[in-house]
Amino acid sequence: MADTALAHGADHGAPHTTTGLSNNKLGMWIFLGSECLLFGGLISTYMLYKGRVSAGPQPDQIYDIPFTSVSSFVLLMSSLTMVLAVSAAHRRDDRNTNLWLTVTALLGATFVGGQVYEFTAFYREGLGFTTSLFGSSFYTLTGFHGVHVTVGIIMLMALVGMVRRNRIPGSKAETVELIGLYWHFVDIVWIVIFTLVYLIPS
Amino acid sequence: MAIIERPSAEIAVAGAAPSGVKPSEALGVFKRPAASTSWKDWLVTVDHKKLGIMYGVAAFFFFIVGGVEALLIRLQLAGPEGKILSADQYNQMFTMHATTMVFLFVMPMVSAFANYFVPLQIGARDVAFPRINAFGFWCWLFGGIFLNTSWFLGGAADGGWFMYAPNSSTLFSPSHGIDFWVLGLQITGIASLTGAINLIVTVLNMRAPGMKLMRMPIFTWMTLVVQFLLLFAMPVITVALFLLSFQRSFDATFFDVAAGADPLLWQHLCWIFGHPEVYILILPSFGIVSEIIPVFSKKPLFGYPIVAMSGAAIGFVGWGVWAHHMFASGLGPVSVAVFSMATMAIAVPTGVKIVNWIMTMWGGKLSFTVPMLFAIGLVVQFTIGGLSGVTHSVAPSDTQQTDTYYIVAHFHYVLFGGAIFGLFAGFYYWWPKIFRKQLSESLGKWNFWLMVIGMNMTFGPMHILGLQGQPRRMQVWTEARAGEGFFNIGFWNRIASLGSFILAVGVLLFIINIIYTHKSKKVAIAPLDPWDARSLEWMTANPPVEHNFDSIPTVNNLDEFFHRKYAEDPNTHEVRQVATAEEVLAELNAHPDEHIHMPSRSYWPILVSLSLPIICYGLIYNRLLMGVGAAFLLLTMFGWAMEPSTAPDDDFDPPAPGEGGGHTKELAPLG
Ligand code: HEM
Ligand SMILES: [Cu+2]
Repeated sequence: MADTALAHGADHGAPHTTTGLSNNKLGMWIFLGSECLLFGGLISTYMLYKGRVSAGPQPDQIYDIPFTSVSSFVLLMSSLTMVLAVSAAHRRDDRNTNLWLTVTALLGATFVGGQVYEFTAFYREGLGFTTSLFGSSFYTLTGFHGVHVTVGIIMLMALVGMVRRNRIPGSKAETVELIGLYWHFVDIVWIVIFTLVYLIPS
Repeated sequence: MAIIERPSAEIAVAGAAPSGVKPSEALGVFKRPAASTSWKDWLVTVDHKKLGIMYGVAAFFFFIVGGVEALLIRLQLAGPEGKILSADQYNQMFTMHATTMVFLFVMPMVSAFANYFVPLQIGARDVAFPRINAFGFWCWLFGGIFLNTSWFLGGAADGGWFMYAPNSSTLFSPSHGIDFWVLGLQITGIASLTGAINLIVTVLNMRAPGMKLMRMPIFTWMTLVVQFLLLFAMPVITVALFLLSFQRSFDATFFDVAAGADPLLWQHLCWIFGHPEVYILILPSFGIVSEIIPVFSKKPLFGYPIVAMSGAAIGFVGWGVWAHHMFASGLGPVSVAVFSMATMAIAVPTGVKIVNWIMTMWGGKLSFTVPMLFAIGLVVQFTIGGLSGVTHSVAPSDTQQTDTYYIVAHFHYVLFGGAIFGLFAGFYYWWPKIFRKQLSESLGKWNFWLMVIGMNMTFGPMHILGLQGQPRRMQVWTEARAGEGFFNIGFWNRIASLGSFILAVGVLLFIINIIYTHKSKKVAIAPLDPWDARSLEWMTANPPVEHNFDSIPTVNNLDEFFHRKYAEDPNTHEVRQVATAEEVLAELNAHPDEHIHMPSRSYWPILVSLSLPIICYGLIYNRLLMGVGAAFLLLTMFGWAMEPSTAPDDDFDPPAPGEGGGHTKELAPLG
């Protein structure tokens, strides 16, 4: 196909790099390394401030562990579906790639929906962003994570659209894999947050 | 994803592609900008060399801005009861002076050198992510301009460059200055992060065959270390900046002591970033002088692996010393002892480098050209600054020194005497490579000596001022309290102010030198290899062609270029020249690669980055504007995502003239 030969451009085949990893993949790994420090800073701030409640509710008065466990489980399952999407992409199976990408995005959206619900409930129970140090640092930490999930969902949906219209520049499987890396990272960060913020009593 | 060579079979297919194919429809939203010689090309370029020059020019502009701010500070302190600046203006002046020098001069000037020379030094044709490279530049530039517009919009930031919270909350600084500062640094921070990812991947992934890590020039090594430092330090300051802006804009409580906040939170985050940052500023200059000293000593760098590894060691240990900036904050004896010891330890790998440079010069055939003079200037002045640093590491002594002019003396010796002298060494050394002409040596010597005299006259007396107890950031002094005799602070303040103007004349001479060199007909085009250099960047034309190397060299040695010019006689063990630089280059170019694909120009980097200041103005003034900016950001990001990094020839606007279009090159063998 002449036009695909054209469109491939630089991404055609595996470019030979010194490490053997493609530039995009190495770049994504390095970016995620930097993200670790971003969440590290936010988590430290939360850990420093979780006990400082000058007004409003204490953490254990408002956390709804069963609810958050369910939404955490939903997010974990989305990592599984992401794996399925990646493997479908490697098999060049566009239909299943899109299916699993969509499911992943939906699971992610469910998680974000749960977070919105949780925030509203906490707010009704008296924990505003400015209520206490606990409030400010809780919303900032989980909010940043929520934004990461949301960005992931946008990327997944964009990916679905582009796979369908065959507009992915470069290797499809690798693009899916890269977004998969990001998605798994965001999930792992949530496991850390869930453990440190919700499960370990203050 | 810079370059691959398309197999010729595929080219044939592409060439035969039916004209019915409409690539621009199949690919990006716009047609690509084609190569041109107009100024517009600079807006869409993704060429690492052009971006390097753009970084350099813009950073130098900010150097002048920051320099004028410094001169105003020194004018204010030149006499008793200075009236040049009000207390409020004075606060803005020192805050913006430091911010400008650190974030808008030294860091981007380092990016300028790294962008231009790292790909050349490792034998690559471009960086790993050319469009992201361009994006980083525009983010940095727009962030810097945004930050400086605060001068005209109600006053600049006034909390000092480390912006301690809660002092920087709206209660104590109600103007928008700090909002501009926080947001401006967030934008320039994006440039640092993307730059770090880009350069790390470039160095790890795009080396020429045979270019092992332990054959890389030291400048590339130091750049690699610095980019890792940036990669991990930027997110920490990003968090701190977010917390502060949430506090200032949305009434979060992070630094609200009444609500129980810990006033040390900011200090910790700030210095966990801040100490690695000082190495981010100095290590590239260490790299530059490690290139220059061997060339002008006619000897290989003494202990190359030690120099490389001590740089890496500094990179590691640099994470464990941040609290030496907080000795006076009541950390407790254990922390103070630990951080004090760690700080003393970090002086060791730093000292090792100094020894290596001296040993390189030892017994060498020294030629004292201007680049060499600046390099030696760094070695001497940095040593002085390093020694005063060691005196701060002794906590009991530091509690006397902290927040006095003694600290100001320390960091100007390491930063001006070290980092900036290194950058000037680099300017003079690489000027002929970039601009074909060599800067005047005689003007350069005046430039050098005036800077040395000015720098030591300005910052030397500050040791005395500090030990006499003059606090840093002090806006006025009075004759009545200036003290007596040798220790009269009025006298030393006058000397320092005088020195700062000598320093300024020195910098002015540099600018005059540039103008003279490029305007005067008497200055001829420099020879290909004016310094008899050693590393790969000199194995290219002056300036390098767009694709850098007609064929990628295979590297067999450290100092590859040197080894192609010189060989050891097996019998007499005498090192003789076997080829001139021209011959080496001609040999390399004799078998050019047939198809070279360069990354294509793109509109998206500048468009995406343009949305960031819009969002930030919106955040300060008008939420609607913020929405507009965010929508613009989203749209442009989609545009970018749809555009492949390398476009076929007919995706250009105007259509590329014949074969080429600025990104495909067909090279014919010589002769
Ligand atoms: C031999 C290595 C060094 C040692 C032991 C050292 C030690 C220190 C210490 C203990 C302080 C805190 C003093 C105080 O605030 O009371 C300090 C401040 C500072 N150092 Fe160094 N330093 C070294 C090298 C450097 C280098 C290489 C740079 C930058 C190129 C640098 C830049 C600074 C700056 C900017 C400050 C002041 C920060 C501020 O308070 O605004 N230092 N140094
Ligand atoms: Cu430090």
